[in-house]
Amino acid sequence: MIPVYRKAVTGILAATFALAVTGSAVAPALAADPGVTDTEIVLGGTHPYSGPASAYGNIGKGIGAYFSYVNDRGGVNGRKIKYIDKDDGYSPPQAVQIVHQLVEQDKVFAIFDTLGTAVNTAIRPYLNQNGVPHMFVATGASTWGKDYQKFPWTIGWQPDYQAEAALYAQDILQNHPKAKIGVLYQNDDYGEDYNAGLKRGLGKHQEMIVKMASYETTDPNVSSQVSTLKAAGCDTFMIFATPKFAIQSMVAAAQQSWHPTTYLNNVSAAVPFMNAASKAGGPAAVAGVISTIYLKDPANHARYAGDAGMKFYNEIMAKYLPTADKDDGNYLYGVSIGYTMVDVLKRAGKDLTRKKVMDIATNLVEKDNPLAYPGVVIRTSPTFRYPITQMITARWLATDWSPTGLLVDTRSMTMAENK
Amino acid sequence: MHDLAQQIVSGLATGSIFASMALALVLIYRSMGVINFAQGELAMFSTYVAWQLVQMGVPMWGAFFITIVVAFAGGVLLERLVIRPVERAPQLTLVIVTLGLFTAINGLAGWFWGYVVKPFPTPFPTTPLQIGGVAFSAQDVGVIVVSLVTLGLISLFFQKTKLGLAMRAAALYPDQSRVLGIRVGWMLALGWGLASVVGAISGIMIAPVVFLDPNMMQSVIVYAFAAAVLGGIESPIGAVVGGLILGVVLNLLGTYVEAIGNELRLAAALAIIVAVLVIKPSGLFGRATVQRV
Repeated sequence: MIPVYRKAVTGILAATFALAVTGSAVAPALAADPGVTDTEIVLGGTHPYSGPASAYGNIGKGIGAYFSYVNDRGGVNGRKIKYIDKDDGYSPPQAVQIVHQLVEQDKVFAIFDTLGTAVNTAIRPYLNQNGVPHMFVATGASTWGKDYQKFPWTIGWQPDYQAEAALYAQDILQNHPKAKIGVLYQNDDYGEDYNAGLKRGLGKHQEMIVKMASYETTDPNVSSQVSTLKAAGCDTFMIFATPKFAIQSMVAAAQQSWHPTTYLNNVSAAVPFMNAASKAGGPAAVAGVISTIYLKDPANHARYAGDAGMKFYNEIMAKYLPTADKDDGNYLYGVSIGYTMVDVLKRAGKDLTRKKVMDIATNLVEKDNPLAYPGVVIRTSPTFRYPITQMITARWLATDWSPTGLLVDTRSMTMAENK
Repeated sequence: MHDLAQQIVSGLATGSIFASMALALVLIYRSMGVINFAQGELAMFSTYVAWQLVQMGVPMWGAFFITIVVAFAGGVLLERLVIRPVERAPQLTLVIVTLGLFTAINGLAGWFWGYVVKPFPTPFPTTPLQIGGVAFSAQDVGVIVVSLVTLGLISLFFQKTKLGLAMRAAALYPDQSRVLGIRVGWMLALGWGLASVVGAISGIMIAPVVFLDPNMMQSVIVYAFAAAVLGGIESPIGAVVGGLILGVVLNLLGTYVEAIGNELRLAAALAIIVAVLVIKPSGLFGRATVQRV
């Protein structure tokens, strides 16, 4: 970003701080919870429709499409869902401001699927002070599951980054016990979460990590970092990056004739990204890369040709987002998480309160999410709030992800860690 | 030693990205005396035009030349429609207008083409090259060569043609030029057209490396500012040399200076801007600054 903006951002930050102080004086909802009438449930959300993470804006559109689908079939227990979804530009101060508006002016019943670790960290205290459900946030930071006692109104959804990285560590210990690991990570909470998980997974074998190189989201490319890891003699490459930098790093490795065993974090492993890397760096850049899967992949037409869930997704996309590129996994993520939200609202019944919805969300066993990877169950308890803990490692074979081994549940591992 | 050579080579490759963008910044500065904050976004938009052409089946180099024509027309049009009305306004107004353009063009590109990162075909071969164990790609060499050729053509244009001379005159002495029969307004429009062309070339060269998305230039443009200031904001040669130096220096600082590391790369670039402005405001290749009156 251009430095001129920094000042503006600080200004907004100061303004929102002032708002936050006055805003917290607003009394929590009394008897009837806001946002629910006989005919309507109002939900609020924010997504980055502009700014550096705007590719994820399609998640919001996927949710919108699914809610339209549900509404056209009579809604949830007779009520239509009204989803007020706004652009936060991936900026925490902006998100804080919008969430205040959603809660105080639009009187939403719950905040659903706000995206990004920084954004959700910024809005979490306010929502918890006011007892507004802060549900199924679109980020895999471990804090959503870990800090539930302090923030009981907040819950995540996707697998947490630490568990994912720990899974890679297990794979390394099993299949490459002599690996010399080089890590490329984004220098913020997101990257640090992965690093923590990797170290935890390696346990007493942490010395296997030979070199760690960080990048900033302001860097134009990461070829220098890749050379550093190569020069350090690493033969195993962990990529804990956002999509653009992940693509760049795979291409850079190929161009420097470095062919390590590569592990790529799930967030950056969508098929279009792999194709992009393959096109730019040649097929060798992506051959055999290892990642994880927990949702179905809409770009993998062959694997899901006869799949009922994928058919359901394609129908929704064809009807409600006909011009969108349905191969983009972000839409599928949106439909899938929208399904969980509607599921929870349905189970909460006709007599809807915020507290009841949180109770359902934290006592959930959802086995039929049509877009979760086959076998993945979305499961929570009041003391274990990591809805998706199952993943399967997969290897990139020419044109798609091919699952290797079995579905692994990181639940017990995360439980042990949190004790 | 081998690692050092690799870092220098990859620094040159990154530096050539900064250089090509800095060149476009310098061109606008020379013709109007302002920094165009929308320069990167214009380049990004042109790159999308090229991408669209390739998608429609136009061969890569064909798309390249069509895009250049489109970019030139677009640059001229933008100057006529948006900049012209505020041409005589204070510099700050111009800067704000270019900032507005920045946001508008970014949003427009997102609206047309979406925000998903797209691969952009490289016009060069993709097989990695090696000399003495140092790896680089044809793409890296290509970007440097194309930047140098662009620089050469621009220098020729400004030094050897009547039109180039008229453009320089219009920028430096608008009133006198008018008396001599130079159509100053059109010279400015031409300047925008040219800068837009250089930006388009730069975008097409950069996109295979940083990948195409509406925000692709935002990480590049700050470094391009630094490169332009380092080389001398008035000097096309300075922009190219400044870009290459910046690329190499940042890589070396990031790799070998523990205190800076990869974390403070951007800060180091900004420190270079400040240092140059304090110690030698005209940059490495600039002459004493000329104020636009």
